[in-house]
Amino acid sequence: MTPLDYEYLRKLLKERSGLDLSADKQYLVESRLVPLARRSNLSGIPELVQKLKGGAEPLTSDVVEAMTTNETFFFRDKIPFDHLKEAVLPALAQARAARRSLRIWCAASSTGQEPYSIAMLLKEMTALFSGWRTEIVATDLSQAVLEKSKAGLFSQFEVQRGLPITMLVKYFTQKGELWQLNADIRGMVQHRQLNLLQDLSHLGTFDVIFCRNVLIYFDQDTKAGIFAKIARMLEPDGVLALGAAESVVGITSAFRPYPDRRGLYQPSTASVARAGGAPHVLKAVASAAR
Amino acid sequence: MRTCLVVDDSSVIRKVARRILEGLDFQIVEAEDGEKALEVCKRGLPDAVLLDWNMPVMDGYEFLGNLRRMPGGDQPKVVFCTTENDVAHIARALHAGANEYIMKPFDKDIVTAKFQEVGLI
Repeated sequence: MTPLDYEYLRKLLKERSGLDLSADKQYLVESRLVPLARRSNLSGIPELVQKLKGGAEPLTSDVVEAMTTNETFFFRDKIPFDHLKEAVLPALAQARAARRSLRIWCAASSTGQEPYSIAMLLKEMTALFSGWRTEIVATDLSQAVLEKSKAGLFSQFEVQRGLPITMLVKYFTQKGELWQLNADIRGMVQHRQLNLLQDLSHLGTFDVIFCRNVLIYFDQDTKAGIFAKIARMLEPDGVLALGAAESVVGITSAFRPYPDRRGLYQPSTASVARAGGAPHVLKAVASAAR
Repeated sequence: MRTCLVVDDSSVIRKVARRILEGLDFQIVEAEDGEKALEVCKRGLPDAVLLDWNMPVMDGYEFLGNLRRMPGGDQPKVVFCTTENDVAHIARALHAGANEYIMKPFDKDIVTAKFQEVGLI
């Protein structure tokens, strides 16, 4: 791959997905795009770039998908889900007792392991949310991963990474070599294609937003812009979960780290004041955390 | 250092499991069938058992029953690791007292995830 080809791809990916590749990521581009070039009957990345310059739209989408799709697994990092189970959901059950509805958004849901982990968790907490309207909205840039997610079919390897065996037996059905999530769990998750760089307001507001391991690929300005949009979509007493290696520090003042709950963030006092809300859930979560 | 008893009639599987588990800071004891594994447990209970199902002399299911009936035999975390990959076998193993279940083939990520799940890591 020539430096010029790499620059072209960097610019294209930045414009289309916000993906911010540093100058030393040629290996990543090659590892993802050489297989794509072969599948498209092209000789390699130089020919792929020529086709892209010619305006081959389906190929452009394939390139963006290949570069933005990342491996995930059930209950990834475990801790955010422990927080959800032990503190956030019990607090929300209390705070939303009158309206009996809950909205959760997985902003980069990939092949579905994250939203389905939350769905199974909610199912395990039926006693708290019986009769509630619970919505889990799963969005991703890639239509291909959303289709896989919708099918709810996972390989033997995928169901063994992070998923307790008791949950596999309880919520999945064996389909030959694969395992399929049962219809009741699949039905708890709505799938929508979404580019985080675009307007997000049509999604409405949420009580919990999972936006994990996606912002790390964006530059600081893009991150700040997405955080500003998310802040407007999160209830004043809502909770934002970021990836283990991610933080708001130095990027936005709209959120602050939640004490003693690593990876969780809450709207800052200033942003809550602007929104005219009061952080009931956060008080309850704080109480549960103590 | 915690101990893990690896029970499998395949020396290749025992070797692969040993390499993975030593990387996770376990001291490994090996046994090639359920009967030999039971002898090891009578001398001293391990913290964990990685257990195959189909083995000569005494299979994994029978070993598990014997282990759980021993004094203190409810303590070791038992993770089945087997090619018996259907729901009926999994349910039977859990009912007999297994803590987790790995379906072969496996890799380091799966072993790590399952040992984390039962609180061994």
